[in-house]
Amino acid sequence: MSARSTGATALRVLWQIRHDPRTIALMLVVPTVLLALLYWVFEGKPQVFQQIGAPLCGLFPFIVMFLITSIAMLRERTSGTLERLMSLPIAKADILFGYGIAFGALAAIQTAIVCFVGFVALGLEATHGAWLVALLAIANAVLGMALGLFVSAFAQTEFQAVQFMPAFVLPQLILCGLFVARDEMAGFLQAISWLLPLTYAFDALARATGQEPLDSAFAADVLVVVGATIASLGLGALTLRRRTG
Amino acid sequence: MSRPAISVSELRVERGGREVLHGLSLDVARGSVTGLLGPSGCGKSTLMRSIVGVQIVAGGGIEVLGEAAGSTGLRSRVGYVTQAPSVYSDLTVEENLRYFAAVVDVGEERIAAAVSTVSLGGFERRLVGSLSGGQRSRVSLATALLGEPELLVLDEPTVGLDPVLRAELWTTFRGLARAGTTLLVSSHVMDEARECDELLLMRDGALLTHATPAELREETGEQDLGSAFLALIEREEGR
Repeated sequence: MSARSTGATALRVLWQIRHDPRTIALMLVVPTVLLALLYWVFEGKPQVFQQIGAPLCGLFPFIVMFLITSIAMLRERTSGTLERLMSLPIAKADILFGYGIAFGALAAIQTAIVCFVGFVALGLEATHGAWLVALLAIANAVLGMALGLFVSAFAQTEFQAVQFMPAFVLPQLILCGLFVARDEMAGFLQAISWLLPLTYAFDALARATGQEPLDSAFAADVLVVVGATIASLGLGALTLRRRTG
Repeated sequence: MSRPAISVSELRVERGGREVLHGLSLDVARGSVTGLLGPSGCGKSTLMRSIVGVQIVAGGGIEVLGEAAGSTGLRSRVGYVTQAPSVYSDLTVEENLRYFAAVVDVGEERIAAAVSTVSLGGFERRLVGSLSGGQRSRVSLATALLGEPELLVLDEPTVGLDPVLRAELWTTFRGLARAGTTLLVSSHVMDEARECDELLLMRDGALLTHATPAELREETGEQDLGSAFLALIEREEGR
């Protein structure tokens, strides 16, 4: 692994995005518009908006980066650029971390905007600081990126890749406690939710924007998110093959 | 005589449960331009992928520049250009070259040199996706030239190019070989065979013959290399 190759890969991914201004605009505007929609939908129910909207500020980057990475990586696999890279003196970690840095940086900008609108303009409360939500959001973005990179290995076409979003992300979003508290779910659903990384990402965000003081449960959530990210990166690395059939 | 640049022995490759290379053995001399010729689907690309070390092989051995094919040390010594141009179509020519130059750790001056070698001067700021097919494959070729590899494995590099450009590229290949680079170039166009020092003729996953163009003409009594290839196949089938 080398800082040169990692940095070059991160820059290259950012160059690619720069040539696609519409993607940048969508990435930066859509989360904010969705948050504003929620604000109006729950007008008169500020408590519900706080419960859903505040954690959601930190979950958008997970969803967006999952989708973008799975498509970007699928393109690398189908266009032959990944095969070329694998025949060159670049480490798999350079590719993984290059993508991570690039999408982490994009997530930071995305989060800054959505947090500003949510916590300043729409009156959401970040009890323990908006910066904490932003940090969690970036961690979630990298988790989403790592998972997207991993699942891209199982898609042969872009049609398949986009459907991994509803297949892998929506169930996690439904079960993570965002819409219904997990202890109100049926036992088997709770059991499944324990296995899904987004559950911990959501729980950390709910605690960061909730009234309770932060305790060891918050720390445990963060640890699980970081652990899941490392595990996904490891799984992603397994799908970057030097030799193929 | 120095050791061959590539030495393949009894190479077997299976793809999709079917054997596509059946115990191939061959040597490629250093500093030569060797043409790998044969009809589409005969296994040329698979052989090249195996030599570069990106193909899972079922059996046999491949030694490249004194090391086992695909070993880490070879990644900066072997340049590989796939049949489909493997460059980023959403980047400019220059951005593509900058990225790959950083990966192989060479300086700015190599970018300019590679661009001029493939005659793409003036196109540096163009998005690769907006270029013609022939131009794209030249960007792909330029990328492989950046690190000045000792061995260049080029899979159909002249497909879709006009005759003038094709002749220019072959002049470039000859120049690289004179400077000591070994080139393995595949083609399914027989008229490119005369540009090569040595020819490897493949058919149905097996090596038909390994000869110089002159030897091939003499052996078959045909002046045209395309006819010589056909004569060889007929003789093979007559057996």
